[in-house]
Amino acid sequence: MGERLTSIWVYLAQTPLLWLTATLIIFQLTNWLYKRAGKPPWLNPVLTAIILIAALLVVTGTPYQAYFDGAQFVHFLLGPATVALAIPLYEQRKTLKRLLMPLLGALLTGSVAAVLTVIAFARLLGVSAPSTLSLVPKSVTSPVAMGIAEKIGGIPSLTAVMVILTGIFGAVAGPSIIDLIGVKEPEVRGFSIGLASHGIGTARAFQIDEVTGAFSGMAMGMNACVTPLIAPVLVSLLHLT
Amino acid sequence: MLQSLTILLVFQLIGEVMARTLALPVPGPVIGLVLLFAVLIIRGKAPVSLTHTANGLLDYLSLLYVPAGVGIMVNFALIQKEWPAILLTLILSLTLTLIITAFVMRWLIRMLAAKAAQRRVSHG
Repeated sequence: MGERLTSIWVYLAQTPLLWLTATLIIFQLTNWLYKRAGKPPWLNPVLTAIILIAALLVVTGTPYQAYFDGAQFVHFLLGPATVALAIPLYEQRKTLKRLLMPLLGALLTGSVAAVLTVIAFARLLGVSAPSTLSLVPKSVTSPVAMGIAEKIGGIPSLTAVMVILTGIFGAVAGPSIIDLIGVKEPEVRGFSIGLASHGIGTARAFQIDEVTGAFSGMAMGMNACVTPLIAPVLVSLLHLT
Repeated sequence: MLQSLTILLVFQLIGEVMARTLALPVPGPVIGLVLLFAVLIIRGKAPVSLTHTANGLLDYLSLLYVPAGVGIMVNFALIQKEWPAILLTLILSLTLTLIITAFVMRWLIRMLAAKAAQRRVSHG
């Protein structure tokens, strides 16, 4: 019996089926739990799913690569989903046109603030130079962020971790932080969440409503275009490299 | 659905090719987003099926970040040494970025609205 189970496990561990199915089941479970509990921010389904899956990998001794062989089918859909952000954006075209100047102003200030605040706090808290440089592009979507890190002398794989942590924190606490400062306009809320915490924040914004999601996606896309231009300049102005 | 998914993939593909050939620092899907948005604006309407497929995908946007998130596990060793300072930096910077962006945008919206109102008064 035990031997038989082992051989089934060995077989399943070699195919993408197991971890793809596990990812889908666990996410639906955490999503259900989140809704069931009345959507408390700390039960964010992305965060709880990541923790559960990671724990499962550790317990079963599964290397990440083996997990990713299955989960890559889900991961792959991020590309077309990013392109799909054009549609909610298109549906908001009237608001977009009306708010064009405020959006551009907020984009420039926000992206500069994201870079400068990281450098300032990292200095203050004694974070080492390579870690600081890896933190600089933390608010940008991960492929762009890793490119920036490489260019300014950070560690791309460390940046990838920072980007995900920023996204999770933005998704968990972002809406509450904006509540605290009393900003009610969904366009402003969405744009700030997307600018500061990219796609994971945007996924959260879409759970709030369509407008918040659309403006969050827009901010993510715009920030991905602006930060690669400003981050290297700011870093060299501050003589970090 | 198949047609819409193909449209999304074609725009992503064009985006990837442009990013590579022009050595742009922006990833392919983001270029695809901009191109598709431009095409929709020029056409003046979005196909219903494309809207359905896009909304379907975006409903599960959270799920799509799970595999990359699990990857943190692998690289967590990288920040173990400095993690309290790094996490604090990250949280403080994120909080300030959110607040600054929201305040600037709201201030600009209100300023423009006030200007527009002023213009209406002086014209009226």
